[in-house]
Amino acid sequence: MIFGYAGKFLEVDLSTEDIKETRFDDDVLKEYIGGRGLAAKILWNRLGSRWETVDPLEPENILLFLTGPLTGFFPGGRICVSGKSPQSNGVVGSTVAGEFGIELRCAGYDGIIVLGESEKPVYLFIKDSDVEVRDAGHVWGKDAKKTVAMLTKECRELLKSRFPRYGEWKEPAMLYIGPAGENKVRTAVVAAKWTHAAGYGGYGAVMGSKKLKAIAVKGTGPLPEVADMEKVKKLMQRVCEDVYEEELWRRWGTGAAGYEVGAKTSSEPIRNWQEEWHDDKSFGVDKFENRFWIKPYWGDFGCPTTCLKVAMVKDGKFKGAITDNPDYEMQAYLGPNLGIFTPEENVFLVSLIDDLGLCGIQTGNVMGFAAELFQRGILTREDLGGLELKWGDAEAFAALAKKIAFREGIGDLLAEGTYRAALKIGKEKNADLLSYAVQSKGVSIGAHGIRSGKDYPKIISYACSVQGGDHTSTAGLPLDWGGSELMEIFNDSGVYCNFNTFGVPRNVRFQFYKAVTGLKLTRKEWCYEKALRVLQMQRALLLLGGPDLKWNPKIHDDNPSRFYEPLPSGPYKGKTVNRARFQKKKKEYYEAVGWDENGVPSSEVLRRLGLDDVDRTLKKLR
Amino acid sequence: MTTKKEPIWIARDLAKCSGCRKCEIACSLFHENRIWPEASRIRVFMLIPGVDFPHFCAQCEDYPCVEACPVDALSVDSKTGAVLVDKEKCTGCAQCIDACPGRVPHMHPKEKIILICNLCDGDPQCVKVCQEGAWNVLKTVSRKNYAYKLYARTPDEITRDLAVKIYGEIGKDFI
Ligand code: SF4
Ligand code: SF4
Ligand code: SF4
Repeated sequence: MIFGYAGKFLEVDLSTEDIKETRFDDDVLKEYIGGRGLAAKILWNRLGSRWETVDPLEPENILLFLTGPLTGFFPGGRICVSGKSPQSNGVVGSTVAGEFGIELRCAGYDGIIVLGESEKPVYLFIKDSDVEVRDAGHVWGKDAKKTVAMLTKECRELLKSRFPRYGEWKEPAMLYIGPAGENKVRTAVVAAKWTHAAGYGGYGAVMGSKKLKAIAVKGTGPLPEVADMEKVKKLMQRVCEDVYEEELWRRWGTGAAGYEVGAKTSSEPIRNWQEEWHDDKSFGVDKFENRFWIKPYWGDFGCPTTCLKVAMVKDGKFKGAITDNPDYEMQAYLGPNLGIFTPEENVFLVSLIDDLGLCGIQTGNVMGFAAELFQRGILTREDLGGLELKWGDAEAFAALAKKIAFREGIGDLLAEGTYRAALKIGKEKNADLLSYAVQSKGVSIGAHGIRSGKDYPKIISYACSVQGGDHTSTAGLPLDWGGSELMEIFNDSGVYCNFNTFGVPRNVRFQFYKAVTGLKLTRKEWCYEKALRVLQMQRALLLLGGPDLKWNPKIHDDNPSRFYEPLPSGPYKGKTVNRARFQKKKKEYYEAVGWDENGVPSSEVLRRLGLDDVDRTLKKLR
Repeated sequence: MTTKKEPIWIARDLAKCSGCRKCEIACSLFHENRIWPEASRIRVFMLIPGVDFPHFCAQCEDYPCVEACPVDALSVDSKTGAVLVDKEKCTGCAQCIDACPGRVPHMHPKEKIILICNLCDGDPQCVKVCQEGAWNVLKTVSRKNYAYKLYARTPDEITRDLAVKIYGEIGKDFI
């Protein structure tokens, strides 16, 4: 057994309530590590041969909750949620912060594999090796805050009654869905606390399709044994010390960006990306900090940054709205993207999105899309069930968010996510609406634009990513550079918070890997072999796609058409993405990762990586 | 070692806790050489999200736990003021838990002995990490003649109070 692993995975079939332990060979763990890498491998092995027919929202989909060997050791604990994505029809490694991964490993498991579909709403309760499927009828339909409160209480009472002499029981860690997940909304999240979320991928809908309301886990053991504890301690300290230098990053988190990304880099979505520049000081981080943050530092297991905050509106119309941060993505997508530039309205909307179990990025994007259609007269008041969807009207957007979460009226179409909604509404209206859909491969683009050229994503970042619009997994060259998708795959496979790599030398993560597992791994080996293998599998599954949609790289390895319109305002007015330059960069990228001119992984690269079965399956795409 | 005059006490400003749980990590590494949240002598509770706080011994001036132990497994360290657990004598009967006004002691998850903070023999590891990160929830001070026992409260009681402190009156709705 390799150091740093609990050594077994929990496999639960909700159709039969069968619960068993699954192990993976050391070789598999050495190659794929955990989290996102292992997810790609498991999904390829189990579903690869019939991928195109697997409906992500049907029982045959596999839902994965995977840690990695660095979970709990590298500062900032996370868990990686994956499966066949109802957004991209490929595989997205979607991570969320919290203690879930730590508790799970302390319970003796490196991950959970969920199969099938329950007949009635259930939740999983794990206490070390005791695993139960429990009724969740009483929490089905409940919002985020109610769900957390009710299940925390219930699980603590269970623990207390079963182990009365243990002393006080801490709360188990929990992942859950809100109403949106229950209603299989493709923009629904898997949530932790209030509300950290695995949003990209839409796995809240997969949980909902399986009628799995939540998973609560309490592990009383230690984290797995490591190869060199002294070294691990030193590295933990090393990361923390580097992070402590970043005073303002710690103080503001990404929350500074709601103003900065608009004003300075001019790359913030404004009114569905019709603009990317604003200089609205009313939306400054100082306003959030002074008026709404009731907790200045909030973090998850082992985190030195504690970039999260708790925000609350204390009086006025939106009194009582509570959310974490809001972080930059939530500020942008539920702020300027909807024409909203006042922090309290933003906090109100983020709080509501949290409660409904929606993803602020995906839902903010699709609501912006709908508002632009309203602006252009394509969607009318009647279409919107009486809503005047005017830019800046927070209450109208709140009403729309509820329609989406409960799939009411127009909400039923928007609940399909921006790309699918554009196709469906376009068909009804007999118009091509894709030009207003700012997404890549079914995944709405994170709130970092590429037109000004001043932000970190580059012109191929989203178009060539195997996770579409995911701003935490952007494609770039050189392959072993900080901004390469292959390095992101390491964070998501070791499974820890990538925010704690800021200001920390790139190689520290590989030193960490060695100290924990005892295995040497160089950046080169990672980027040119192991991660590349994961990338090819994700690419293969993305291109296989189906059943409702398929991606053609010639058409879909591209930026949303909006990114070819010149920026209409701000210091970078007139700047846009040059198509010829984009094609050139894309070609360079294809060559670097070994994709043929049609964007399909070449036989040569697949065979070199030992992926002969992937090669055989991809023949039909060549 | 701390520069504070012994015996010492760990002053605590619970509402400032970030929930980073570095104190749990430091305590379990020091005492168990593992990262082991449930074996930590200081445990961070988060019964309501955002209301995170460390729960650990307050070294009550009359040490009710020590009094309650039927086998004399608990004693007070005359140097630091900490409660010491005699592993040989402790039977894991849990009477100290019931005697403690804060229900602070808890069972070691693997061995049948009670866990209570021993102030790391005068050099509290939890305080170090909390200070390094500048959260300053924990701070070592010299022990004086104060009503420390007021800090021995159950997690539920602390949660109720902090929820109102942090969220205002609506904090009550989340309990
Ligand atoms: S180290 Fe300090 S801030 Fe972090 S959890 Fe412990 S008491 Fe809270
Ligand atoms: S807080 Fe509890 S464990 Fe600590 S001295 Fe008081 S009674 Fe004993
Ligand atoms: S002083 Fe030492 S034993 Fe007590 S809680 Fe802190 S780290 Fe643990």
